[in-house]
Amino acid sequence: MDLILFYAFATLAITSALLVVSLKNTARALFLFFIVLFAMAGLYLFALADFVAITQVLVYVGGVLILMIFAFMLSNKELLSDLQNLSGSFIQLPNWQSLALSLGFLGLMIYGIWQWNQGYSPAWIDQNIKTGQIIHPKDNNINQLGVLFMSRYILPFEIISIFLMMTLIGAAHIARKGEED
Amino acid sequence: MIPITHFLAVSACIFCIGLYAVISKRNAIMILVGIELMINAAILNLVAFGRYDKVHYGGQVFALFAIVLAAAAVAVGLSIILMVYRKYKTINPDQITDLRD
Repeated sequence: MDLILFYAFATLAITSALLVVSLKNTARALFLFFIVLFAMAGLYLFALADFVAITQVLVYVGGVLILMIFAFMLSNKELLSDLQNLSGSFIQLPNWQSLALSLGFLGLMIYGIWQWNQGYSPAWIDQNIKTGQIIHPKDNNINQLGVLFMSRYILPFEIISIFLMMTLIGAAHIARKGEED
Repeated sequence: MIPITHFLAVSACIFCIGLYAVISKRNAIMILVGIELMINAAILNLVAFGRYDKVHYGGQVFALFAIVLAAAAVAVGLSIILMVYRKYKTINPDQITDLRD
């Protein structure tokens, strides 16, 4: 049952991600990106990371995607359709080349995962399975995460708070300076 | 328990879709969407491995950090895109060749 639901979420995420990158209409692609993010949050639940899933919905769906749609709507009407009539580009390759490149990369990664599955697993995973230190569905994840954020990971937590504030102020500054010109 | 290789395979697929978007799209917002897809695949890997670490919760904690970093990156990227759009009237990265006139 678990596995069926997991694969349902996985196929939902992958097919809608494929639709996102294949649609010519950017507005529709952005709205389909909602579905990808929700499906990814569902996949995090299967890795027993409920707090990460909730944060994904809050931050990505509530913040990032709304910001993207705002930026998209503040730019031009002509950008509703993807611009495809250009050649001689700097980083963008033609479609078939980029398709071949990403499919090759996918094959490489799948091969690596398959090799990794052949009996080798890192020592710390084996040790944690042996001593029973793996997360179970009934564990109190959020409580543990809160305690760890305030004790073990306090320095990265503070650094990332200041970093987030700096980037938000910087973003507001960049966006504001444009209006004065 | 779902085996960890299933998570890795799904996140490999999502990562490659994001890679395709980054290298083939001609719209800065779609490139940003591709980067977000790649970050999501990385977060899926983090939480999948984090399931085996009950003592430190390293995977989940750094998945949360990665989400915050992605949000910051998107905020800065979108404000740059808006500025570039005001200046060049396009968000095609091909036609944006200099940082200032």
